[in-house]
Amino acid sequence: MNGVHEALAGDPLFAGLSGTELGLIAAAARPVRLGARERLLREGDPARGCWLIHSGCVALDLAVPGRGQVVVQTLGRGDVLGWSWLVPPYRWQFGAVTVQPTTMTELDTAQLQAVAEQDPRFGYTLTLALFGALALRLQATRARLLDLYRVPDGQP
Amino acid sequence: MASPDRTGAREPMLPVPYQVTSRQAETHDSVTLRLDPLGERLPMAQPGQFSMLAVPRIGEVAISASGVPQPGEASLEHTIRAVGAVSRALHDARPGTVLGVRGPFGTTWDLPSAAGRDLVIVAGGVGLAPLRPVILGALAERDTYRRVCLVAGARTPAEFLFRRELDAWACHPDLEVDLTIDQPSAGWNGQVGFVTEPLARLRLDPRRTTAFLCGPEPMMRFCAQGLLRKGIAAGDIRLSLERNMQCGIGLCGHCQLGPILVCRDGPVVGYALAGPLLSIGEL
Amino acid sequence: MTAPHPAGPVVITRDGLDRLVEALITDGYQVIGPTVRDSAIVLSELDSARALPAGWGVETGPGLYRLHRRDDAAVFAHSAGPGSWKQFLHPPRRQLWSTDADGGYQPAQTPAPRYAFLGVRGCDLAAIRILGRVLGEGAHPDGAFARTRQALFVVAVNCTEPGGVCFCASMGTGPAAGPGYDLALTEQIDESGHWFVAEAGTAEGERILAKVPQRSASVAEKEGAKADVSGAAQRMGRAMPSVDLPALIRESVASPHWEDVASRCLTCANCTMVCPTCFCTSTEEVSDLTGDHAERWQRWASCFELDFSFMHGGSVRQSGASRYRQWFSHKLGTWHEQFGSSGCVGCGRCIAWCPVGIDITEEAARLAGLDPGPDQDRA
Repeated sequence: MNGVHEALAGDPLFAGLSGTELGLIAAAARPVRLGARERLLREGDPARGCWLIHSGCVALDLAVPGRGQVVVQTLGRGDVLGWSWLVPPYRWQFGAVTVQPTTMTELDTAQLQAVAEQDPRFGYTLTLALFGALALRLQATRARLLDLYRVPDGQP
Repeated sequence: MASPDRTGAREPMLPVPYQVTSRQAETHDSVTLRLDPLGERLPMAQPGQFSMLAVPRIGEVAISASGVPQPGEASLEHTIRAVGAVSRALHDARPGTVLGVRGPFGTTWDLPSAAGRDLVIVAGGVGLAPLRPVILGALAERDTYRRVCLVAGARTPAEFLFRRELDAWACHPDLEVDLTIDQPSAGWNGQVGFVTEPLARLRLDPRRTTAFLCGPEPMMRFCAQGLLRKGIAAGDIRLSLERNMQCGIGLCGHCQLGPILVCRDGPVVGYALAGPLLSIGEL
Repeated sequence: MTAPHPAGPVVITRDGLDRLVEALITDGYQVIGPTVRDSAIVLSELDSARALPAGWGVETGPGLYRLHRRDDAAVFAHSAGPGSWKQFLHPPRRQLWSTDADGGYQPAQTPAPRYAFLGVRGCDLAAIRILGRVLGEGAHPDGAFARTRQALFVVAVNCTEPGGVCFCASMGTGPAAGPGYDLALTEQIDESGHWFVAEAGTAEGERILAKVPQRSASVAEKEGAKADVSGAAQRMGRAMPSVDLPALIRESVASPHWEDVASRCLTCANCTMVCPTCFCTSTEEVSDLTGDHAERWQRWASCFELDFSFMHGGSVRQSGASRYRQWFSHKLGTWHEQFGSSGCVGCGRCIAWCPVGIDITEEAARLAGLDPGPDQDRA
């Protein structure tokens, strides 16, 4: 448990959290270790749990008819994996599979949600932390959408 | 940024003939040209500087040096992407073609000033070309620098420049290399995500990190913000800027960005100066 | 009859002015001065002082320039013509080089002209100094400009009648001509006659002046001339607000003022063409039909051109507001950082020759009035 608490305390994601709040999260956390090419999430499955990646690489993928499993994003150290447990329909929208051996901390999101029901202040702080990570992911995704490296249109 | 001494008394608007001696295709629309003087030799471009390359009857464009001066050689190396009439003509130029060269102009990356520090080199798309001299310079004096980290983003795997060198650098024991692509691509087992994402994953010591950024302006802005979030000072972040250039010597007025003349006060500019200017729309 | 070189100001007659022009032409100078053409007073090569616009004055205002007949024969009582001396020092079109099938580059064989500018006002003299800094004092000076300026002979005139759009006094460039002249004249014309108080500023000026019949100026004549000039300083039609313009401009980058100007500005680029310090150029490739011979030419450009800032498939400054902001901010603001002075000399040409009458002094005042101050949040 101490190791997990340490890992959480060192994660910039939770930089704004108090020791007590970290303790609440640590109580719902456990270390996870996966080898390469292990499927962690299946698209469409009920969404339970969220993972903080410490090392390695996880690919988010989607089945696209004619293109097979398309990797839309890879995640690594410091990234959060799994949001759909927080929003309806509570099902994974993408799959996740490790690319390399990967170590993570898994959070029991059902337990955390129960704690948050009792302690809205904690729920708000935790949600803000996750929101920050999501915002950066969205910004990066929008940057990719801009297709900045393409050939410019129009000629002088 | 450091600025080399004034070039000699020769007429700065008059090109010097250089011949294309080799042409290496990098991607479907980019090539690296090696140019050798036919007679008069120009001073060698330092990392970060650019030359004005002229194609007779078509025009002239500013292209950054993508190689480093080799002792005893007078060759210039430039990597060109075909995006307009002149750059397409440069891209298509076969060995034997005679081009006109003026330069070198502009400020340098000033790599020596980062001696003893960790280098973070972030390249977006063809922004890798002006940064290649930084990587080569760091490798040539590897002990002068601590960590050397390269983060390079491209649209798809096929659009990385210097593919063979990148693969070699990725295996180099003294380099940390993160390659990432924007577009999901079949057959790629590497990272997928915007270049800010592997950059965010680097554990950096803000007290001893110098960052070198080159790529589309929004990419450089996002990356600079990401570095600032890690506590790196704006003064330790260097960008290579680009603007319309017609003379390259501070006389035509086209390359202005607020008070900066990009050909004279850049292209390499510190983020402390560039950041506020880049955040103003249509400046 | 010529007198030996006197120290200090002398008086020359109206005929003396003719002699002065003759002396310059005989000495091999190409005399450029004001003359009436196409309903305006333009700068052109003069073959004698007879071509000067004697008896012509101008009425100027925002978007307004009209010649009118004066009731005297003054030759320098006008201002704000559409041309400035920059067209001779920094020509609208200039060949840079040519190349032929052999691949070599030949510099253009442009003759180095030996000009004598006759009638340079304080504002324009300051503009020549500014162009000298921009084009001649960088790391890569413009050789053709430097050679032309080196050979230049300047006959300045101290203004005694400010024009309707002039604001040189508030820019510190006039109405008295500043340093940089070979000769300076102050025109005096009244019932008693038409003469000039003349003063040499250089050895070359003394040499040329010595060829003109003259007599020492009396104290009254010297004082009279000075008083006319300082009196003109009090009668300026407008003034640039005396605020810290570079700071104001830096703080106003997101001001609604720019959209306001843009609703009036046609981005026609007249202001940049008539401005005596605007220096921007573009380069063009010209080739013949065989394709064997190609030339590179340089031509005046304007930051108001839609593709002035073209890059990567589009221009950085597309809106009229951003282009007006660029011109204004450069002229009055960033020019200081780039070249060590203001870019504006208060000649007022941009006001007169703007088809919609935008007044740079008024826009500066509006900007200052709208300035929320350094403490306010900027969106």
